[in-house]
Amino acid sequence: MAADLMSQDASSSRLAAHGLTVGYGGQPICADLDVRLPDGRFTVIIGPNGCGKSTLLRSLARLIRPSAGEVRLDGRLIQDLPTREVARRIGLLPQSAVAPDDILVSDLVARGRHPHRQAFAGWTEADERAVQHALEATNTLELAERAVDSLSGGQRQRVWIALALAQETPLLLLDEPTTFLDIAHQVELMELLCRLNREGGRTLVAVLHDLNQACRYADHIIALRAGRILAEGPPAEIVTPELIEALYGLKCAVIENPLAGTPLVIPY
Amino acid sequence: MTQPARPAPLAQRVSAARGGLVLVLLLIVLMLAVVASLGIGARSLSAAQILHLLVAPDDSTDAVVLWQLRLPRTLLGLLVGAALGLAGALMQALTRNPLADPGLLGINAGAAFAVVAGLSLVGLDDAPTRLACALLGAALAAGLVYLLGGSAPARGQPIRLILAGIALSASLNACTGIITLFDSAVFDSYRFWAVGALSGQTPGGALGILPLLLIGLALGLPLGSRLNALALGDDLGRALGARPGQLRLLAFVAIVLLCGAATAVAGPIGFLGLVVPHALRLLVGADWRWILALAPLAGANLLLLADTLGRRVALPGELEAGIVCALLGTPVLLALIIRSARRVRP
Amino acid sequence: MSRHRFAPRRSARFKACLLLLLLAAIGICALTLTGGAFAPAPHRVAVTLLGRGDALASLILLDLRLPRLLAAFGVGAALGASGAIFQRLARNPLASPDLVGFTVGSASGALITLLWLQLGGAALMLGALGGGLLAAVLIAGLAALAGIRGERMIMLGIAVSALLASLNEYLLTRAELDEAQEARLWLFGSLDMLTWSRTLTLLAGCLLLLPLAAWLARRLRLLELGDDLARALGLAMLPSQNLLLAVAVALAALAIATAGPIGFVALAAPQLARRLTRSADLGILAPALLGACLTALADLLAQRLLAPFQIPVGLLTGALGGLYLIFLLSREWRRTS
Repeated sequence: MAADLMSQDASSSRLAAHGLTVGYGGQPICADLDVRLPDGRFTVIIGPNGCGKSTLLRSLARLIRPSAGEVRLDGRLIQDLPTREVARRIGLLPQSAVAPDDILVSDLVARGRHPHRQAFAGWTEADERAVQHALEATNTLELAERAVDSLSGGQRQRVWIALALAQETPLLLLDEPTTFLDIAHQVELMELLCRLNREGGRTLVAVLHDLNQACRYADHIIALRAGRILAEGPPAEIVTPELIEALYGLKCAVIENPLAGTPLVIPY
Repeated sequence: MTQPARPAPLAQRVSAARGGLVLVLLLIVLMLAVVASLGIGARSLSAAQILHLLVAPDDSTDAVVLWQLRLPRTLLGLLVGAALGLAGALMQALTRNPLADPGLLGINAGAAFAVVAGLSLVGLDDAPTRLACALLGAALAAGLVYLLGGSAPARGQPIRLILAGIALSASLNACTGIITLFDSAVFDSYRFWAVGALSGQTPGGALGILPLLLIGLALGLPLGSRLNALALGDDLGRALGARPGQLRLLAFVAIVLLCGAATAVAGPIGFLGLVVPHALRLLVGADWRWILALAPLAGANLLLLADTLGRRVALPGELEAGIVCALLGTPVLLALIIRSARRVRP
Repeated sequence: MSRHRFAPRRSARFKACLLLLLLAAIGICALTLTGGAFAPAPHRVAVTLLGRGDALASLILLDLRLPRLLAAFGVGAALGASGAIFQRLARNPLASPDLVGFTVGSASGALITLLWLQLGGAALMLGALGGGLLAAVLIAGLAALAGIRGERMIMLGIAVSALLASLNEYLLTRAELDEAQEARLWLFGSLDMLTWSRTLTLLAGCLLLLPLAAWLARRLRLLELGDDLARALGLAMLPSQNLLLAVAVALAALAIATAGPIGFVALAAPQLARRLTRSADLGILAPALLGACLTALADLLAQRLLAPFQIPVGLLTGALGGLYLIFLLSREWRRTS
């Protein structure tokens, strides 16, 4: 892993961006961003609507080509790596995933093995184990023979995460994984992600729109506004009323969450 | 799992001044278009000549050309253009689909099929029979489309609706094909009508659709403000007092009358209903009251211009209005598709 | 354990459906060869197929019915496979080469060849092929320039189709009545008078393209998860999509060049195959087999229904397709209301 030249912090980052400028059709949404995703940590990107959180995540996942700047994975330009190689290192849960009609859970998760499967090889022991672990980790083993269409929203999100886990990647990127879930399922999902990070040692990067969830579960927060980073760091350090006001234009108080000890944002 | 429907942005309050300006503009263009339509062709007439011959007709060839050919044609262009323009606007408002058009949604194909079927089965080739068949066919096709377009737009829905309309057109055309295959007399008269042309009609034929047109206009024009409310989504619209069910029925009847009548006399002409609402939206903004009010005028303008262009460009023959509309309308449709693809980005 | 629990495999239902379709195909063969105005006994058919039949049976069975039957199977298989690829690429059950401008483009090409260049036979096939490919390239080119994929590319196809359809109508008005009628006959799609040379060309093409399509189907499994996820799972998007599209277009071109534009098989076969097998990962075999059976059956009906009048099979599939479509629409309506 190449040493990062930008930061004085000793922690390493396999995934980083320098001078990143990204946009659709000529309008830059993110301009000149420098981002390092700390390894083994749970990073959350927050910010108001339209600030470029999803765009940033998608650039990091190599879904969008930047108009300027670069994204580096393990020191190499991510554009130069073969797509398959990137798929073995970065797993993604996008907002726009579509489950084909009638597909079974195990079949869907099995598709996550594509980066590891050879062209003419059949299903290997490694594949079987990976899918088994993915289903166990997301508590979806008993759903394996059911159709994805028949599942609840929370169960379906867990299946998508199982697909990403079956890829067996050290990094996992998630684009608004808790949107459209009810609160019980949101908490369940965030706990799962936390577990994956703590127990598996995976680097997790998620875009969340719920500020308090971010504060509670993230090790590292990146606050984005209008395509620029306003602040980044551990929640306890950077989440202050001043930041929230600068970010959202919202006056609030920040107290300590009595259960978790993390910052809790309470708007006026 | 479905996403909650996002309502369209509120219709802007169009200032009466702006609307009035566009109205005056369109009227001026209309006058010019009428003069052009009467004057341009294999035999050119100047504006002065036209005026003279209209007021004091004589037995000259020019007079014959004017009265027997150009005038009925221009009249037809006005009526058909107005009908299709309004029908297209109503359709787009109703289905909340910016790509809706009587041609693309299979309504013209339905009318065409019914006319051909009527021709073949009943054998009468007179105007009332044609009209009745066209109305029936348009109603059936529009009914099928209405079944699809009734619910709130979900992700990808606009394309699904259009695809369904295309598939419907294709199958209707196949059925039309079966009939014309076994009946060459029907085929012979059908193939000229299928192109969409303003020629070959008597003044009486053109005026024959006038009552239906007026009813269609009377039903459709006042729906503007309620359609504005409906544009926000059924639930919100209902909360604003729009009564979606009744509104849909009225609009549906208007569309069928307008499309059926237009197709019966001029054959299936597509793209007009697509272009008119978009052009008007650019001029007056997203207020259906104004768009509906101006749509007949804009439609008449466009069709007359298309027809005149067809006559001018392909001398000594002519390019039928339906083809000119297709030639000019396709780039517009392409541009719309490309623009909508750019806008819908995550 | 020797049997992997999570390995993707075909369900029992899927295999049963394949078997059923094979049996149906055999049944259609039997009906075609032994029925109609000339109805030989099965024994006579068998003998003739082995090459030792009498002159009359050989003429009718070997020179007329067999090539037509095989061509029907071939055209149907090609269209079914093509439609399956289109629909999964577009993630839309209404996608098909009929609706992407391709079919209409080949019709334009054929009409121009017939009515302007006044040529027939092989030139007609080439004209049809050329027209279709030109239309497909135009649409793909426009889509690439504007950065459009998937569903919206179909919209482009529709726009271009509408334009070309007008062009076709225009061409028909500029010809003499008998010429126009003849041209229209081709436009409807017919397997009438199909010779061995055309059938063999078709079958050779199928043998080349269908296995290729089956091999590429694996990529479809990723593409249908959505563009983002497909890329994230390591699929090279552009080459995969282009390759699949090229194969789908080539299959459709093959079918159209042989028999003219036959509508709705490409649209209906994949969907019907899915409903029959209830399988998410359909592959190419099931739609192709179903398409083959549908086309052969339709051709059988086209020959026998109004005998001695021959209905062009394309009209029959078009009209039947309308019924199917109404069913599909009503189902869609029930689901969304």
